[in-house]
Amino acid sequence: MALSDDEIKHVAKLARLAVSDAEVPDYVGKLSRIIDLVQQLDAVDTSGVTPMAHPLEMAQRLRADDVTEENCRDAYQASAPDVVDGLYRVPRVIE
Amino acid sequence: MSIGTVASQAAALAAGNLSSRELTRAALDEIEARDGTLNAFINVCAESAMAAATAADELRAAGRAGPLTGIPIAHKDIFCTRGLATTCGSRMLADFVPPYDATVVSRLADAGVVCVGKTNMDEFAMGSSNETSYFGAVRNPWDPAKSPGGSSGGSAAAVAGGLVAAATGTDTGGSIRQPAALTGITGVKPTYGRVSRFGMIAFASSLDQAGVLTRTAEDAAMLLAVMAGFDPRDSTSADVPVADYPATLGDSLEGRRIGVPTEFFDDGLDDECATLVRAALAELEAAGALLREVSLPNLPLSVPTYYIVAPAEASSNLSRFDGVRFGHRAEAVTELNEMYSLTRQQGFGDEVKRRIMTGTYVLSAGYYDAYYLQAQKVRQLIADDFRKAFAEVDLIAGPTAPTAAFALGDKVDDPVQMYLNDIYTIGANLAGLPGASVPCGFTGGLPVGLQLVGPAFSESLVLNVAHQYQLATDWHERRPAGAD
Repeated sequence: MALSDDEIKHVAKLARLAVSDAEVPDYVGKLSRIIDLVQQLDAVDTSGVTPMAHPLEMAQRLRADDVTEENCRDAYQASAPDVVDGLYRVPRVIE
Repeated sequence: MSIGTVASQAAALAAGNLSSRELTRAALDEIEARDGTLNAFINVCAESAMAAATAADELRAAGRAGPLTGIPIAHKDIFCTRGLATTCGSRMLADFVPPYDATVVSRLADAGVVCVGKTNMDEFAMGSSNETSYFGAVRNPWDPAKSPGGSSGGSAAAVAGGLVAAATGTDTGGSIRQPAALTGITGVKPTYGRVSRFGMIAFASSLDQAGVLTRTAEDAAMLLAVMAGFDPRDSTSADVPVADYPATLGDSLEGRRIGVPTEFFDDGLDDECATLVRAALAELEAAGALLREVSLPNLPLSVPTYYIVAPAEASSNLSRFDGVRFGHRAEAVTELNEMYSLTRQQGFGDEVKRRIMTGTYVLSAGYYDAYYLQAQKVRQLIADDFRKAFAEVDLIAGPTAPTAAFALGDKVDDPVQMYLNDIYTIGANLAGLPGASVPCGFTGGLPVGLQLVGPAFSESLVLNVAHQYQLATDWHERRPAGAD
């Protein structure tokens, strides 16, 4: 199945991935081949099959709601691109 | 000095014939001399390695050494190391210095293991040839024109090339077993949840599992004995006791039922690889194992299933790389969404972007049931095939990869051809099972791997069978030119 240029641009927008016009044909070609590969599953009869939620059928563990970690904000923010007064700074979101 | 094996290094340390400083210096010298060609390392930490070696020697002098104290190894650059750059093979994290250690790293460090550096890998572990690394392809020590496999290709080349005796790796669709096969070493992927994922940069969380690349099954058993175990910091860590892996290596194979799936010997398997794997199976039979033909009828669906599940999970996991909290950020942007999308365009390489796009597409409105839900149902069918097989046999054996190492550049332009490389390894990931690859011969001067897959938490048996095979053969003792 061939994806369209518009589909590629739409998916790229959903993925927050800038895609230049020049890059679109390569995505169309390669993603279409990948979708062809995975569409083999369309032909499989899975009626009555429970979708796998965990490879070993284990349930999510719960823990007590206790504070176990100390505050490491400074250490974590040391690798951030732009920090001011302990806050992450990003470009303007709204006018 | 020969790098040898973890076991031989441990024996030399225990006997006082060598110090950790001497072993660590030797590893650093080998890296210095030969990694210019191999490109197996992204970062080498000579200073901290020598300091750790000194500390290990002091522990030994004080009579407090354990079995791994002072052994130099390398970590795949997907494991966070506090204060030491961790790139995941990506421009996105080229300058990232983690504030904490992965559990795998801290457990090995606590056991006295010395980290000499971080190994090269396919970007975010997405690749089967190590060519997607931002830091360049790794070369196969058996032939520098060939790929070492991926994504743990740097770890594989470092061990096969004799730079270190062991390295950690991760395996989401075959990323430990396939490079181990292509470089002629031993690689073990434990059961899903057996080794903690904490601090291991996430690719596909329902498939990712950490393991080791070594020269022998015995070495893998020694390392996994330390790495495996419950970790409250990993929400899917298995709270299951860890068996004493080294203790059962010597068990006899007499009466062990080994299943040989017909689907592992399909048209895609190279004839010479098939012959070598059949010979390896005959060797196991000669050691007392009983071979039985089994069928995993849904196994041929594992590649399409994987290429829905893994990209879907990756597209979600990699949404954290947005230029805000860590990693690359695009410059000269005026608006938040523009910052996100340019940061990700610049920070990710082509294969990672393709997987994010594929994952986003299959999860997008209107497609979820047709792709992701259907894939999780087929995944159940594949897991059921393994369950049924393990009612009849103790272990499954077959080839690890369809061919020996392929040339660098051969498959880079054709993602689907690259994906088909993992056709025999992906099943174990989808079903969460432990697997290993051990060297079983050569074709055209390049190594070939025998794959073993066991039921959940049967690492002891997988390692036992691998070790018994290595007692009967010497393929694992063959070394490429320049490696000792």
